[in-house]
Amino acid sequence: MKTHWDLFIAFFRIGMLGYGGGPGSIPLIHKEVVDKYKWMSDEDFGDLLALGNTLPGPIATKLAGYIGHNVSGFIGMINAVLATILPTIILMIILLASLSSIDDLPWVQGMTAAVIPVVGVMLAVLTWQFFDKAVKGMGWMQSGVMAIIIFALLYFLNMHPGIVIGFLLLMALVKKDKSSKKDETQQHVREKEG
Amino acid sequence: MKYWHIFMAFFIPGILGYGGGPASIPLVEHEVVERYEWMSVQEFSEMLALANSLPGPIATKMAGYIGYDEGGILGAFIGVFAAVAPSLIIMILLVGILYKYKDSNKVKRLTQYVRPVIAILLGVMAWNFFKESYVGIGFWQTALITICSYLLIERMKVHPAFVIGAALVYGGLLLG
Repeated sequence: MKTHWDLFIAFFRIGMLGYGGGPGSIPLIHKEVVDKYKWMSDEDFGDLLALGNTLPGPIATKLAGYIGHNVSGFIGMINAVLATILPTIILMIILLASLSSIDDLPWVQGMTAAVIPVVGVMLAVLTWQFFDKAVKGMGWMQSGVMAIIIFALLYFLNMHPGIVIGFLLLMALVKKDKSSKKDETQQHVREKEG
Repeated sequence: MKYWHIFMAFFIPGILGYGGGPASIPLVEHEVVERYEWMSVQEFSEMLALANSLPGPIATKMAGYIGYDEGGILGAFIGVFAAVAPSLIIMILLVGILYKYKDSNKVKRLTQYVRPVIAILLGVMAWNFFKESYVGIGFWQTALITICSYLLIERMKVHPAFVIGAALVYGGLLLG
């Protein structure tokens, strides 16, 4: 019972204090899971995070579910995931439901009108972050060319983004690693440095 | 049928959104606004503003709220399940195999190749929000709020929840 309570409180705090979506709560998860409750070593947490990032979908719930499962099985998994997400979902439903009952009032409409550009700015910043990471991974040339082709596919040919992403995932898996030699030498260097 | 749609609307972003919850925002928008037409761009942006000013993972807040709006508590449950379960199940079941390949170039490329798509979808979404705002409150108000919120969030590192709060007050007093 104690473990379940600990799991619940740890992930409840993570859910309630993490701003900026799931990725923003990663340091909080680290603090609870590694520093406070010692469910995992620092190294294991790093590995788990790297692994979680290779899979799609929200990162906070993947980490919560996996850690909960490790600590106390299936119920632990459900417990940790729900503790992470349930409180804010309930808040969200209550707030939006009460807002929509008064949204004919002019001042409420003024409020929502003023919020749209703020969200636009946040999305623009997020756009830049994703593009910046793409450039760091693949360089300006490849990212730029890919961006133009993807844009054309999505908005001129009206392809579903899922199809475009599915195709790119396939390409990523099928493409041969011509740089495997380079990797070996890099690993050599790393081993020497280490 | 409705519940199946709710499931699909969050299952697809859940299995295609590489880069955590925020990567699934434009994918959810595509399903919810364009495909199933449950919400207008304006309603989606209101929801996103509120979701951004609350703590916790963004993908599950969207799934929970939209699911609830469309199909009550069961809808909320199905939406959240579709967003969370597939990748969590893969993670728990295949941890051994995944671990072996975590440093492989192919696996790293998966995330890398998807990033430009997410960037473009997010960029177009941002553009639509500005356009919507231009139609609603005109060029000067849009520009003013845009510049102020950019400076506050990015330059002065003010917490987004406060900026959204300030925008609400400004809009309630001056744009109503």
